[in-house]
Amino acid sequence: MKIRAQIPMVLNLDKCIGCHTCSITCKNVWTNREGVEYAWFNNVESKPGIGYPKDWENQERWNGGWHRRANGRIEPKLGSKWRILSKIFANPSLPEIDDFYEPYTFDYEWLHKAPELKAQPTARPRSLLTGEHLTKIEWSGNWEDMLGGEFAKRSEDYNFAGVEKEIYGEFEKTFLMYLPRLCEHCLNPTCLAACPSGAIYKRDEDGIVLIDQEKCRGWRMCVSACPYKKIYYNWASGKSEKCIFCYPRIETGQPTVCSETCVGRIRYLGVVLYDADRVEEAASVEDPKDLYPAQLSLFLDPHDPEVQAQARRDGIPEAWIQAAMRSPVYKMAVDWKIAFPLHPEYRTLPMVWYVPPLSPIQSAAEAGKIAERDGMPDVRSLRIPLKYLANLLTAGDEAPIAQGLERMLAMRAYMRGKRVHGVEDESIAERVGLTGATIDEMYRIMALAAYEDRYVIPTTHREFEEDAYVLRGAGGFGFREVTEGRTPSLFGGKKAQPGKPVKREAM
Amino acid sequence: MNEFIHYLLFGWYPYLAVTVMIVGSILRFDTNQYSWRSQSSQFLRRKQMMIGSNMFHLGILVLLGGHFVGLLTPIEVFDYFGVQHQWKQVLALVAGGIAGVVAFIGCTLLLHRRLFDARIRRSSATLDIVVLVLIWLQIVLGLSTTYWTLQHVDGREMVNFMAWANGLLTLQPGSSDYIVQTHIVYKLHIVLGLTLFLLTPFTRLVHVFSAPIWYLFRPGYQIVRTRRGKGAPARASQPFGGAPAYTAGPATERAFTEEVQ
Repeated sequence: MKIRAQIPMVLNLDKCIGCHTCSITCKNVWTNREGVEYAWFNNVESKPGIGYPKDWENQERWNGGWHRRANGRIEPKLGSKWRILSKIFANPSLPEIDDFYEPYTFDYEWLHKAPELKAQPTARPRSLLTGEHLTKIEWSGNWEDMLGGEFAKRSEDYNFAGVEKEIYGEFEKTFLMYLPRLCEHCLNPTCLAACPSGAIYKRDEDGIVLIDQEKCRGWRMCVSACPYKKIYYNWASGKSEKCIFCYPRIETGQPTVCSETCVGRIRYLGVVLYDADRVEEAASVEDPKDLYPAQLSLFLDPHDPEVQAQARRDGIPEAWIQAAMRSPVYKMAVDWKIAFPLHPEYRTLPMVWYVPPLSPIQSAAEAGKIAERDGMPDVRSLRIPLKYLANLLTAGDEAPIAQGLERMLAMRAYMRGKRVHGVEDESIAERVGLTGATIDEMYRIMALAAYEDRYVIPTTHREFEEDAYVLRGAGGFGFREVTEGRTPSLFGGKKAQPGKPVKREAM
Repeated sequence: MNEFIHYLLFGWYPYLAVTVMIVGSILRFDTNQYSWRSQSSQFLRRKQMMIGSNMFHLGILVLLGGHFVGLLTPIEVFDYFGVQHQWKQVLALVAGGIAGVVAFIGCTLLLHRRLFDARIRRSSATLDIVVLVLIWLQIVLGLSTTYWTLQHVDGREMVNFMAWANGLLTLQPGSSDYIVQTHIVYKLHIVLGLTLFLLTPFTRLVHVFSAPIWYLFRPGYQIVRTRRGKGAPARASQPFGGAPAYTAGPATERAFTEEVQ
């Protein structure tokens, strides 16, 4: 057993109001530059819909994620290393910028400068790629917002597999949910596996997956290999870029920008300890429906003294073990089993998990009464088909989703009884395999969602890893900074810092 | 005067071009790796790329390999193995001809989209266009030499070129004399080729040095980076809460280490 720690994220879709604040703040911080105008490290999709980029979930088309071969070993769906290299001159699985959208701006200046005209001046759209006027904007990052567009197009949604989708095109039967998406910082990332330059890596200390911008040569295999289409090719710099999980903030114990600014308070960050030796094994299980339980089995109980001892041996700082015990992510994913991975069938073992949304009871509107099961509303009669959620979160297995939704309904019923009627009905909790005390905690973390309960982020303990003495005077960020010992020089030795003695004493 | 220019172009210029290419590329790699990339435009426009890029790259790789092996291998090696000059000439004509036509079609497609597709034109640096035009001209020149080569399929001229290239490689003075008599088309082809070498460190052409062949030999798929410096002991062996004690050598490097899984 080799224990590593990661800070995963859980998004409570039940509370997402689709305001896009996360996307906007993220964009303003990280991607408001030339070359990535079209890129949204975080975006919010309205489901059902084909998403951004178009049809991203269809891996028959994009060849993202992993493929399990007959011998039980997994390899990128793009193919073996030979096959990947053979596509290096032109990659047939690479999306075009139009699959995202052609970035544009408007002629705002014309509104100020226009002379007196017969008609009111208008700000016409202008392409940020060519600088020319666009006659019509055909698509954008958020084109399907609030079920925009005709159902025929939106119903191409991959999650409708096995659902009789036609009826959901009717106005009375339609449903809507939001899906905020960011890089999954997977345990078994395909982008990393498919990078011919070896520029993508997972960080040992917190599991964040990053692209070394110096090492990236722009072979762009990662763009196809990522099944979530969360790697963006910067057409200006010729390098790939992706969500960095706001690592400068995470390192200092602050939540990511998207989490910090979340109006609905739906995002959770906390430490999870996992068994790094069993990652490949978990990603290789035969039945895609077993991938969710397999990934769950990687997460280790931070309260177990043996796990703690091993974690210490593997160099995980004490503060991280303490944080793992208070981790809201671990509670939601493992203890309560109400959070699920997005599309586990891609075999990347994603680390951004989702609490499925409750939705209005459909049959209640129809028959004037609510379908009940054991005195509680039947989650199978919710407006969002269970199968749809299962296709999204558990590779089609409805049972875990049903249990998760039932637990959330039970939380409501229990708390209503407690707060309104003053009755603590333990039987409600028992029916869904919980206790009243657990529901109280669920309520505190999920409904009240105080800042300290949502974000339990220990700071990075780099002092255990590095010698701070040699870091004196280092600039911090930047590609070309010259810092003592930072960038090894091709011409031997380290780059000297101007004005400082080059020779150093051995310690 | 003509002799002097000939000596300049075929005696000196090759050294200048190759030196600039090697030293310039090293300097660029060392100081500004962020600028080192292939700068593919497939993402902006897929059209013409699938056929164009594949044909161009495959053709040009065969041509480059052919030129290197054909020109730099000492003629004695071929003689030793009993390869007649005529055979080698015919082989070069046929293989080079086919690869040349393939590369020409590919390059023409790529040049067309670079010049006439507004997205690609706008996102191109001047040198991107210059270099592509030069490569296209170079392929045209190379293909047109076949007409003159067919005048002497016995390989006589080819042996002269080999002697010239070998002479340069082994620092023989006066090796430019071998190709004084050759047709102007060959000479233009050589000068343009050397110019492309010269331009390499200043353009996207540097990506040829990064051909990621070693990817095939990378063990496993996953890469994890840790900040533990090289030579640092495993964390577990340190007293808890203590600073790292580096024992191996004077270096207290901040360099990351990579573990491949």
